[in-house]
Amino acid sequence: MTGTIAAMAERARTSLRPEGAAGTDNGVDGRNLPVPHEGDLRRHLAGVEPERRLNDWGRSERVENALDKLLADFFYRYWFRCEVEGIENVPATGGAMLVSNHSGALPPDAAMISKAVKEEHPHPRPVNITVEHFFKGYPGFSMLIPKLGCVAAHPANVHRLLYDEEQLVLVFPEGRKGTEKLYKNRYRLRRFGRGGFVEAAMRARAPIVPVCVVGAEEAAPIFAHLSPLQKMTGLIYAPLTPTFPHFGLLGMLGYLPAKFHIRFLDPIYFDEDNLDEDKSLVQTVAHDVRARIQENLFEMLEERESVWF
Amino acid sequence: MASSRRVLVTGLSTYWGGRLAQALEQDPEIDVIIGVDSEDPTRELDRTEFVRVSTQHALLRRIVEAAEIDTVVDTRLVVDSTTTSSRSAHENNVIGTMNILAACSGPGCKVRKLVFKSSAHFYGTAQDDPAFFTESMGRPHPPTTSIERDIVDAEAAVNEFAEHNPDTTVTVLRCTNVLGPDVRTSHTALFSLPAVPMILGFDPRYQFVHEDDVVGALAHVLRSDLAGAYNVAADGVLAFSEVVGLLGKPYLPILPPWGTGIAATVLKRAGLRLPPEMLGQLRFGRGLDNRKLKATGFVYRYTTRETVMKLAEHLRLAPILRGAQESFTYEREVEDFLRWSPHVRNAAVKGERETAAKPEPIEEPILASGEPVVVAEPEPQPEEPPVDHYDDLEAEEVISLLGSLEASDLAALRDYERETRARESVVTAIEAVLARRATGSRP
Repeated sequence: MTGTIAAMAERARTSLRPEGAAGTDNGVDGRNLPVPHEGDLRRHLAGVEPERRLNDWGRSERVENALDKLLADFFYRYWFRCEVEGIENVPATGGAMLVSNHSGALPPDAAMISKAVKEEHPHPRPVNITVEHFFKGYPGFSMLIPKLGCVAAHPANVHRLLYDEEQLVLVFPEGRKGTEKLYKNRYRLRRFGRGGFVEAAMRARAPIVPVCVVGAEEAAPIFAHLSPLQKMTGLIYAPLTPTFPHFGLLGMLGYLPAKFHIRFLDPIYFDEDNLDEDKSLVQTVAHDVRARIQENLFEMLEERESVWF
Repeated sequence: MASSRRVLVTGLSTYWGGRLAQALEQDPEIDVIIGVDSEDPTRELDRTEFVRVSTQHALLRRIVEAAEIDTVVDTRLVVDSTTTSSRSAHENNVIGTMNILAACSGPGCKVRKLVFKSSAHFYGTAQDDPAFFTESMGRPHPPTTSIERDIVDAEAAVNEFAEHNPDTTVTVLRCTNVLGPDVRTSHTALFSLPAVPMILGFDPRYQFVHEDDVVGALAHVLRSDLAGAYNVAADGVLAFSEVVGLLGKPYLPILPPWGTGIAATVLKRAGLRLPPEMLGQLRFGRGLDNRKLKATGFVYRYTTRETVMKLAEHLRLAPILRGAQESFTYEREVEDFLRWSPHVRNAAVKGERETAAKPEPIEEPILASGEPVVVAEPEPQPEEPPVDHYDDLEAEEVISLLGSLEASDLAALRDYERETRARESVVTAIEAVLARRATGSRP
């Protein structure tokens, strides 16, 4: 695999310094540069320093590769035996937003989607996974999560990734409501937030690629919530799963070997400016995306003969 | 004209005031530099005039009016709560700012530009921060520490001033944490420790800016006309572990994730002061979007990584140099003598001083590729051009001047231009004029 950081710099960016500016007084050279219009500061993005193993978001090539070899590979190939269809719907260049259903105590779906893009796509690209702000405030998670390519789900972060850096962003509009849902409610999508993800994609004019994941619900089923434990630890939730809490925090990784099917649906493009100001359109698109994922999920579940094979 | 000519620096005796005045002294376009502070300057200055006055607005007003100041640069802001008590910081940051603003407004005031050096503590640190703050984002939460509250209040006062004085260009520079061989901050103190303490389980994102780049940014906004707020932060956001690694020090995750404040109090007893703003950064980190200032043509000389590496070099050398450098003491009588005595041969003294106080040579910059940049060998200094301030002229201005020059001067000018900037349009224009003269068809 080529370096993730280098891959993220695929887009031609300005070098760290304009040529010949090294020895001159700051700014004198640039005095005659045209000032671009407010919105387009993309050419001023910081260049990539090849000596670094982390990028500006805190993503670490080293940690990511290590975990990839140690866990993701094993889970992807042998444990979940992921089957992927429609990978060609993920654009090879430019920003795009992957929108998926979400489930599991420590959701395996994010890692598997990201791995699928890395393994199956003709132009493997790093996927930035949006996560709750909670993780930034919790010791341990705060250290590890950004290194694996997770970014806090702040509209400004999503916009920068999609528009300025033209990267892939994986979004779970169900958020916590998705991962909290009990086994008996499996594959029934929760509310898709307030449509913020559609607004972000429209503002960045990046296509939305809906993604359906089947298998994650059975791999990490939640039977109940242990609210006293949750209060004690300050975690966002403390689920009762087949291996948690009785096997400790590592029990969160105790997934059952359900067979994974990942389906990438046709992208939805937004070709006009200021679409995000039309709130009713935003809601319509959000609804539509949700309906398409739900529909495809049911279809995939119909076709599935066994949970395990 | 957007460029500043008569500048008042408030807070001359702070680190930034002194550094800025030194930088402005090198700029021939700036005619007058006056610095005010309640304490003696801490840096050697040549032509800057120092007036000892605190921030009484009536007195400042008289100075501004008498000297026909067109630009006021406020560098006084206290951003580190370890340096002073919170009460005196408030007095300085909020009340002082209001007084300075009062001194620059009012009927008949000639101030056309106000530059306010603010701090990235304006944004604070919180769990739900964006990864990169842009200038248009406010804080997600109200300020939590007294320094942050001061900065927010001071900026509010500056904004109000800007609204009431539309003819004055008001620039606010929000500088992130500064590092460098010269500046002293809580962070340089933290990094000078034999091992760097961290909060257990956190590896925050950190961005720095080199001290020279802050001075450069202040000088840059004086040269151009930029209204509004601008972030000043170097390219690149590092993880704290990366910073500590570059410094070549071990990290010590001794601060507990819960009850960090209490642990900080204990450490304070032991002599290590971690201000609350720094505790916030050690937990959540902060990144700024620096593109707005870059889009105005400012070029940072160092990235965050290079800034940290510069500090690392300095820290390695510091124990050897300790005590070897003499600090500057201000002697009013000597300074007055040098500036005003009829017996001082001004030019000579100035020349001598300039060579003495020459800024240390910039080390070979390293580009992203790791290869040292091939810096053109300093060429033999070309002869003086026959036109005064030639280097400041634009190509069109030069061409319009050509008709008034003698042929010998033109030839010299052509050679000078070839040796220095080698602008095609200028060289061909000179040659055309020479050719015309040779054929005797002088218009």
